[in-house]
Amino acid sequence: MDDLEQLRSDLLTRIGSADLDALEGLRVETLGRRGRVTALMKELGTLPPEDRRAAGQALNALKTVVTEAIDARRAALEAGTLDARLAEEAIDVSLPPRPEPEGRIHPISQAIEEIVAIFCQMGFTVAEGPDIEDDFHNFTALNIPPEHPARQDHDTFYFEEGEDGERLLLRTHTSPVQIRTMLVQEPPIRIVVPGRTYRADHDATHSPMFHQVEGLVIDEETHMGHLKGCLIEFCRAFFGVDDLPVRFRPSFFPFTEPSAEVDIGCSRSAGGLTIGAGDDWLEILGSGMVHPKVLENCNIDPARYQGFAFGMGVERVAMLKYGIPDLRTFFDSDLRWLRHYGFSALDMPNVASGIAQ
Amino acid sequence: MKFTFSWLREHLETDAPLEAIADRLSMIGLEVDAVDDPAAALAEFVVGDVVEAGPHPNADRLRLCTVDVGGGERFEVVCGAPNARAGMKGVFARAGCVIPGTGTKLKKSKIRGVESSGMLCSERELGLSDEHEGIIDLDGDFAAGTPAAEALGIGDPLVEIGLTPNRSDCAGVRGIARDLAAAGMGRLKPLDTAAVEGGFDSPLSWRRDFAPGDGDACPFVVGRTFRNVRNGPSPRWLQDRLTAIGLRPISALVDITNYVTFDLARPLHVFDADKVTGDPTMRLAKEGESVAALDGRTYALDPSMTVIADDTGVLAIGGVMGGEATGCGDDTTSVFLEVALFDPVRTATTGRRLGIVSDARYRFERGVDPTSALWGAEVAAKLILDICGGEASALTMAGTMPDRRRTVALRRSRIASLGGVEVESDAAHRILGDLGFEIEDVGEALTATVPPWRPDIEGEADLVEEVLRINGFEAIPAVPLRAATAVPGAAWSQAQTRRGRVRRALAARGLTEAVTFSFMSGEKAEAFGAAPSLRLANPISVDLVQMRPSILPNLMDAAARNAARGIVDIALFEIGPQYTDGKNVQSQAACGLRVGGTAPRHWAGTRADVDVYHAKADALAALEAAGVPAHNLRIGGDVPGWCHPGRAASLMLGPKPLARFGEVHPAMLERFDLRGPASAFEVMLDDVPARKASKGSSRPMLHLAALQPVERDFAFVVDEATPATALTTAARGADKTLIADVALFDVYRGPELGADRKSVALCVTLQPRDATLTDAEIEAVGERIVAAVSKATGAVLRG
Repeated sequence: MDDLEQLRSDLLTRIGSADLDALEGLRVETLGRRGRVTALMKELGTLPPEDRRAAGQALNALKTVVTEAIDARRAALEAGTLDARLAEEAIDVSLPPRPEPEGRIHPISQAIEEIVAIFCQMGFTVAEGPDIEDDFHNFTALNIPPEHPARQDHDTFYFEEGEDGERLLLRTHTSPVQIRTMLVQEPPIRIVVPGRTYRADHDATHSPMFHQVEGLVIDEETHMGHLKGCLIEFCRAFFGVDDLPVRFRPSFFPFTEPSAEVDIGCSRSAGGLTIGAGDDWLEILGSGMVHPKVLENCNIDPARYQGFAFGMGVERVAMLKYGIPDLRTFFDSDLRWLRHYGFSALDMPNVASGIAQ
Repeated sequence: MKFTFSWLREHLETDAPLEAIADRLSMIGLEVDAVDDPAAALAEFVVGDVVEAGPHPNADRLRLCTVDVGGGERFEVVCGAPNARAGMKGVFARAGCVIPGTGTKLKKSKIRGVESSGMLCSERELGLSDEHEGIIDLDGDFAAGTPAAEALGIGDPLVEIGLTPNRSDCAGVRGIARDLAAAGMGRLKPLDTAAVEGGFDSPLSWRRDFAPGDGDACPFVVGRTFRNVRNGPSPRWLQDRLTAIGLRPISALVDITNYVTFDLARPLHVFDADKVTGDPTMRLAKEGESVAALDGRTYALDPSMTVIADDTGVLAIGGVMGGEATGCGDDTTSVFLEVALFDPVRTATTGRRLGIVSDARYRFERGVDPTSALWGAEVAAKLILDICGGEASALTMAGTMPDRRRTVALRRSRIASLGGVEVESDAAHRILGDLGFEIEDVGEALTATVPPWRPDIEGEADLVEEVLRINGFEAIPAVPLRAATAVPGAAWSQAQTRRGRVRRALAARGLTEAVTFSFMSGEKAEAFGAAPSLRLANPISVDLVQMRPSILPNLMDAAARNAARGIVDIALFEIGPQYTDGKNVQSQAACGLRVGGTAPRHWAGTRADVDVYHAKADALAALEAAGVPAHNLRIGGDVPGWCHPGRAASLMLGPKPLARFGEVHPAMLERFDLRGPASAFEVMLDDVPARKASKGSSRPMLHLAALQPVERDFAFVVDEATPATALTTAARGADKTLIADVALFDVYRGPELGADRKSVALCVTLQPRDATLTDAEIEAVGERIVAAVSKATGAVLRG
């Protein structure tokens, strides 16, 4: 049995220092078909029966020990090889990843989608109309007769007279869509109208093209209190200020009576403008109860139907909400500006996650 | 419209401070644009009586003054001014006052050992002038303690309101005062319109000479002659008021007309009667007539314009501007006054055609009180006689005063049903009464006779507004506007939603959204098929004259601007209208432009020059987002002129091109000062077919094959000109049940293929349905594929 002990000791020593190839050699040499341990096992049969049992047990123990040692050594060697390979494969992960340029959504589009998302909650749908309009829809039907002073305030862009003597124009407001809608749709009506509008004016605070969102509600009972309720809720939702003061001031528009301008509270400091309760006001909306003559012009009976209309400048509310200082920059397509003030494609306005993010 | 606070108080008896008045004005619809209060800086300065002025014990040049500031308060002041003397009245600043001229805060101090507890100020110290020779020596009997601003006559705050075009009555201070009185800010003082007795018959008599139907041009005119008047500078109070609102005092007679214009919204004109030949006549101008007007310019007139003429010709433009020849000067002693009514529309048109903006036109085109023709002649006469002396004739008049009296009914319930607020009947009566309406109570309704100065009041809604605005819009309770159902339907239409999806799809692909003008340079638009009928008649710039036939030129301009700022890689898109001649003038398009590389330079070398395939991918992504599956589209050859002719195509759905894409033509790049490479696309969103309404949200049943698909690669050699789609289409058609997909994965050219030949490699996926394919079956399909492709394109399998 001392031989076995010696053998075991030798084998374990050799296993302990073998590399993978040597280890396989050792395995064959020891446990292979012609291996030493295999040979010893075969010799068991030659022993006297009374010794056979003890010798068999000893040999099996040796075989187990050697097998386990080889397996352990192999696992260790393989782990070492893998570690070495991984170490070799290390690279500079501080390098920048492959670029995937991201585009931006223009603040005007974003603002319009935000505005619509809010009015959608109050049951409005979106209506649109042409930019190139005629006199009737842009002025006359809106109770602005040809020589009305209000027409002069509009700085209208005109086209040359056509063969039919009609002189088309670029709409000066989105209000013609009120007319187009009322001419084809029976009340109740609840629409918002986003769109491009044009006035012949170009300076720091006027752009020859700008955007408006118009709103119109016509039914049998909507009154000035609803106008206030609707626009107060809109202003608070759009600017994300729950207690935003909203003020209604009497004003004049030919197509509404009574008419109101809508101011929101703000405060000014050297750092800029803050929307919210403060010591100053900002005008952001024009509104009023639809003038009976406008209803008549659209074949809607003013004795039965009434409602309100409003309009706001999209650039203006976008400037206030997003802190954009200059109107003219909206149309410059300066990529630095668009990247700064633009929105991610993922910023889809919806009321479920809140409009004022 | 501008006025001063003291001017307002000529008509309004009020204790209300300026700030309260200004706030209220804005809240009753007379929006205050600006309040300029020059007295604010002098608020703490008062008139001080110098009761004693003795010598300073330690200095010869200084005096020790005792100043009484009223209320029993006296101050000891050391004063160095040479003109300081007992008995004078000066402007006193106590310690703590900020001196406007120096910006420093006055402190008590010892001067040469004597305490001085205030200061008597010079004009320079008050910031009034550079005068610093001595202290202010007030001229006038002001009580000690009177605010200095008042004593100095400078303290009158200026208010400017943005007058809405309906309120012609508030183009005069009195109208504003009336509104304020109705709003509870004081009491409207009575206006003295008592008749001035004429001492003689006017030697000049008004005549009207209109063709039938034109009489409305000037329905009524009143006048009178004044003789032995002395013209010259007007009195100080009148000059001060005009100067305060930005008018230049000219002479007493002219200043009086301007004053009445602004005070009572009643424009007047005065002629030097000695320069009028024959009776002054209201008529329309004759062809070829002209007049040299008071602004020093000569205006050619046409027969649509009302003029005042005499035997020699046109003297003045009615309601717009007087003439130079008959104007009043310092030597005028005989005056003829014109108090007329002019048609608003004609006045506006005349003013606009002649390019004259005047205070008279402003009022006439908004409509003046017709009764003012009579009372205006009295008010003006009183002022002329008071200021210029002389004597007034009896009135002369022509035409008849138009009777615009009308009544408007107001149902009591209407204030609440339209205005959303209950207003007590008494309160509504009082408001309308204060505004000048005569009210008659007729049970459920009241009838209001509209005052002649309110041409804007036409119907019931106008009366509701009058009550609401004076009662205060803040009194209207806000009521939530509820949707008909708690969960409202979609706000956006399908086409609008599609636009939104395309917008976000393109942004997600790395393009940035621009919004550019709908109009552009006519010259640049030409290359894109600009419609001549869509040129503006009155553009504000040559760069903004033509409605854009395409969005692309604007994006090219934008790209060039960005390139000039040093931005190398540009990817822009816009979704918006473009305009063409024809039935659908305006259509919605999505247009994108890429310039330079796809990405910044990168260590892994992922940057590529933009080419036609980037534009194609953008166009396909846009169409997919718009709901057009890419596999339904085929390539068409119809390409616009902005494209590189060999690197562009259209994407067709049936016979219709839905999109165009391509590399930008080098000549076009040059024209727009743009360095390539550049590629672009246009998607015609309005041509995208609508999704069928019957198609619900449910998807077709999914059948997942149980068996593994098999892939086989084929390399075909074909002529260079053969489009790749010819091969893929033929391959796909070889076995419609088994072939699940054909993918093109390589294009190779090499000398061994021969000139003008290329190798196109396809990977065909076979999807067995019922049983695994045998080698023989796969072989058979492969042969069919090769045969089909060869037949369609003449391709041979690459050896």
